[in-house]
Amino acid sequence: MVSEIRDERVRSVSRLSRLLSRPELGAAAGTVLVFVFFAITAGNTGLFSAKGIVNFLEVSAQLGILAAPVALLMIAGEFDLSVGSMIGFAGILIAIPAVFWGWPIWLSLLFTFAVCGGIGALNGLAVVRTGLPSFIVTLGSLFMLRGLTLGLTRGISGRTQVSGVHELAQNDPLNSLFSGQVFSGVIAWLADLGLIGKRADGMPSISGIPVSIVWWIVLTLACTWLLTRSRFGNWIFAAGGEANAARNLGVPVARTKITLFVMTALAAALFAAIQVLVTGSADTLRGTQKEFEAIIAVVIGGTLLTGGYGSAIGAMFGALIFGVVQMGIFYTGIDTDWFKLFMGAMMVIAVLFNSYVRNRAMRSR
Amino acid sequence: MAEPYVELKSVSKYFGSVVALKDVSFDVCPGEVHCLLGDNGAGKSTLIKTLSGVYTPDEGEIRVQGKPTRFASPADTRDSGIATVYQDLALVPLMSVARNFFLGREPMRKFGPISQFDAEFANRTAYDEMSAMGIQLRDPEQPVGTLSGGERQCLAIARAVYFGAKVLILDEPTSALGVHQASVVLKLIVQSKARGIGVIFISHNVHHAYVVGDRFTLLKRGRSTGTYAKGEITRDQLLNLMAGGKELVDLEQELAKSARSSPA
Repeated sequence: MVSEIRDERVRSVSRLSRLLSRPELGAAAGTVLVFVFFAITAGNTGLFSAKGIVNFLEVSAQLGILAAPVALLMIAGEFDLSVGSMIGFAGILIAIPAVFWGWPIWLSLLFTFAVCGGIGALNGLAVVRTGLPSFIVTLGSLFMLRGLTLGLTRGISGRTQVSGVHELAQNDPLNSLFSGQVFSGVIAWLADLGLIGKRADGMPSISGIPVSIVWWIVLTLACTWLLTRSRFGNWIFAAGGEANAARNLGVPVARTKITLFVMTALAAALFAAIQVLVTGSADTLRGTQKEFEAIIAVVIGGTLLTGGYGSAIGAMFGALIFGVVQMGIFYTGIDTDWFKLFMGAMMVIAVLFNSYVRNRAMRSR
Repeated sequence: MAEPYVELKSVSKYFGSVVALKDVSFDVCPGEVHCLLGDNGAGKSTLIKTLSGVYTPDEGEIRVQGKPTRFASPADTRDSGIATVYQDLALVPLMSVARNFFLGREPMRKFGPISQFDAEFANRTAYDEMSAMGIQLRDPEQPVGTLSGGERQCLAIARAVYFGAKVLILDEPTSALGVHQASVVLKLIVQSKARGIGVIFISHNVHHAYVVGDRFTLLKRGRSTGTYAKGEITRDQLLNLMAGGKELVDLEQELAKSARSSPA
């Protein structure tokens, strides 16, 4: 007969205490805090009008598109510092064939996604094969891609900016996937109900939801599903948590990491596609420092820098905080020079808080 | 006597000029605990690695259920029902018990075209398999990092048994544990034996081995000094046979002598 070995020193854990050990907790609390802060200081400036909300959500969405796959990669224990340069490079890859070689936009978009995915795979292969820290390998890619972008653009166009994409994209079948707005009907209906303000000419103050916000939400949900509900997600956690144990149990750690590098590169290409089609131009300096902003959003979201722990929902909160603070500072009239100071401090506080939460999670049960 | 599940016959293994194992025979039957004892450097690791398919023997043969076998790889060995639980246990501390239990062999459940990780099945199975080994989990979703040493050992063993192990090779499972946790692991060994699993228990702790072992094989400098059934040998005899047994007695006498000659 089996005798039960029960540890008498254990209390049962409450639902609350379990909730308190979730990785997103810090970011969710931070988001509430930031909203309360700006509701008090910028409540009547229009930050929380329909127009203001769309403005900060659009900023958050762009960063969030990067942050979701970057979170998965960081949970797998790797960094990708090349995403910022990849944005600039991808923008040029879309604009140059379209503007100078007469390619249709959809073709240069497909071409861009293919090339960026390939470079992501090379990043991953280099990290997995050499065993060097991904920090160093992708720091190399950061500089190489930026250099390549500048060299190619100046070589082909003689300038550092390529414009004129708008006219070419007008009737392209893929254009509406990356630019423009959705749910215009819903917005008009809400405006008729009086839930959204109208302009003097009777039109709603916003004409729809920018499509980037939809991408952000869909990507975050997809990454969350991957992480928590798929086999691949289990491998991501294991690759970052204890790669050796994972390998011994037959988990394809190398393939998992390479796939994630491809995903971050594709996210950078998506970011660029949205940016180029919305603004109508590409610039060699686009995406500068985005790799760090993405890491900040992910870390605020509760992902451990050493891997093995984290969430994509947390990264979404991180991006949301980023957008609200950036636009909030703008609306309240505080000198925007202070924005980076604020975000840096926010990240350090988040890391302290998150490591406290994680230690709690590891001890309290 | 039952037919041995796995058997090493006069196995030798050389590394260049070093004789790691010479003419060693060793076997384990279903439902039996066979202890492999020896000091550091006696050849225990080489023997385990030969049994688990990491090394191929230079001389002699391995038989599984009576049939001569050559293991192509550790995975091949695992497929023939021989599971090795190494000291690092192959666990990921930040992941939940259930996810560790099924890591690399995730149970999936289909929802139309998508199939996703069957968390409910994983939780239930991990919980049931652990309690079948006598460990009551508080929560199958708790991180492995919150488990005690004995509970982790239980997880690794239960996992191996669940995925079809007929023979368990336990590499020093009690060496890093305190007294209480070590007794938990010894219970696990008895538990596995009761389920008809052959256990190869590697240790240099005679006290732990003697409690649960049915047979004892001693390795000394790459050679077997013999296999003894529990009835044939006492704990003290076993201790003396172990390298260090004689040394300890000598040391004791020496200390006693020096205590007499230098009164405090």
